[in-house]
Amino acid sequence: MNQNTQEFFFGPSHRKVEIGDFITLCKNSEITLTSGAKISNFPVAYKTFGKLNEHKTNAILVCHALTGDQYLLGEHPVTGKPGWWEEYVGPDKPIDTNKFCVIVPNVLGGCMGSYGPKNINPKTNKPYNLDFPVITISDMVKVQHILIEALGIKKLASVMGGSMGGMQVLEWISKYPENVNSSIVMAASAKHSAQNIAFNEIGRQAVMADPDWCGGNYIAEGKYPSKGLSIARMMAHITYLSEAGLQRKFGRKLQNKSELSYGFDADFQVESYLRHQGMSFVERFDPNSYLYITRAMDYFDLAEDFGGSLALAFERTKCPVCVVSFTSDWLFTTEDSKQVVRALSASSSDVSFVEIVSDKGHDSFLLPDESLAKTISGFLSKLEL
Amino acid sequence: MRKDYEIFFKHIKPQSKVLDIGCGEGEFLEILKNVYSCHAYGIDIESERVASALSKGLSVVQGDADKELQFFPAKEVAPEAFDYAILANTLQAMKHPKETLEQARRVSKKTLVSIPNFGFYANRLQLLLKGKMPVTKQLSYEWYETPNIHFSTLTDFIVLVKKVGYNIDYSYYITDSGVPRRFSPSTPHMANLFGRTGVFVLS
Repeated sequence: MNQNTQEFFFGPSHRKVEIGDFITLCKNSEITLTSGAKISNFPVAYKTFGKLNEHKTNAILVCHALTGDQYLLGEHPVTGKPGWWEEYVGPDKPIDTNKFCVIVPNVLGGCMGSYGPKNINPKTNKPYNLDFPVITISDMVKVQHILIEALGIKKLASVMGGSMGGMQVLEWISKYPENVNSSIVMAASAKHSAQNIAFNEIGRQAVMADPDWCGGNYIAEGKYPSKGLSIARMMAHITYLSEAGLQRKFGRKLQNKSELSYGFDADFQVESYLRHQGMSFVERFDPNSYLYITRAMDYFDLAEDFGGSLALAFERTKCPVCVVSFTSDWLFTTEDSKQVVRALSASSSDVSFVEIVSDKGHDSFLLPDESLAKTISGFLSKLEL
Repeated sequence: MRKDYEIFFKHIKPQSKVLDIGCGEGEFLEILKNVYSCHAYGIDIESERVASALSKGLSVVQGDADKELQFFPAKEVAPEAFDYAILANTLQAMKHPKETLEQARRVSKKTLVSIPNFGFYANRLQLLLKGKMPVTKQLSYEWYETPNIHFSTLTDFIVLVKKVGYNIDYSYYITDSGVPRRFSPSTPHMANLFGRTGVFVLS
């Protein structure tokens, strides 16, 4: 087990940032990915918060979403911003780090230190870029399973995540039920919908249509598809919010002006907000990673591995599962969550489900919400460690 | 404790698997779980009530009982099926009480029901003497704001449970002073007049 740091390029200026806390897995073995490609001797970056107890029974694995990472708490090394789930994790928070040890790995294919397209291919001494194998949610979880084993944890007290993180949780409780004591699935689905695949496709096309993408070799070419990735993010960001939320926050308010410009500048606050979201995103997220991870989400259809039956996918699931959806989430809808709940009910699992009222859209699980906080802490309170 | 709960607990074996349909914030589930060591599950339609039940560490699914129960396995095929389904003072608020009963019968070995009796003498008197819809301690809402959308008398209810295919193992009525009494479902007239609530054990 190595614990050191690696250096990675970030953003249009190819800024070098050191990323620490990683482990090299499968040093003398290999794993076969869903695509058939084999990988070995690869790094996984992860962070832990709280202490593992003597018998290693208090570990909670948090699976991050598409553009999340292992920096759930504390300052992000690239953006300098606080962690993405500070609201819910920490001492005396719903996920209490006095009690639990929270483990957050960066997903396979990610760009914050785990094995991904910007890692160096030992055969060419250059970043893999598009030579990196196409990955799936199943592959991400397979790697997490190996990580947990390497950390000496036999059974996780809980696995939880929202959005793509929730997809990983479903994969965990279906494929590795013997290693999971409980799970929380937020704003997720057992398969990516046609609409969601469509949105992802627009995002990928925006990246690839940018001439500075250079067929994926922007690092070697000294370029960066800022425009493409930024447009992808602007579009995706709308899908994370809700019509009512946007209206409440921005309405038709103008940005630093009192009259329309009758041009194509950002007249409206909502335009300026989206441009800002796009521009800050390109500083931290790798364009090729964005292609790979969105693809992994598109390929996700848990029932397909079980002859089309989601109930069969959960046949071995015995742990308590808490499913949460949000009223204004139109990307991963309540109906998507209900499909999961019904399949779990059909397999006589211990399932709970709540649809939380919120106008904050898909991103609700990242934002302060009293009902979500109470649901998580109540659910975790019944665990015996 | 509520009188209907007291009767239920006479008929529920500890450590059994129980589904409380219309469980609200889970007050009955809590007793089942903490006092009787039951594997207690609930279903309720209202988000805030479910969130409150979940915050107590209970297992509750938010949903419409008459829609969601169809996804649970039938008792004949599932060894893990529910030993008991509970309908505590909720059937009258369901959109489709007959379907809910049919589903309860399908997924559980026994169904325990408590239901307000519209045929209770005080209700009859209000309608007869004042010509007004009854508003009582138990049915405390005006007709235009009541969540209780399907009123029945105990006699009506007995007809329905037989139609659904249930056997009535035990039947009780609770008097106005809160005293529980057993009655025979074949002669329900006194119960139907003096019971403000009926409690049934169905199989």
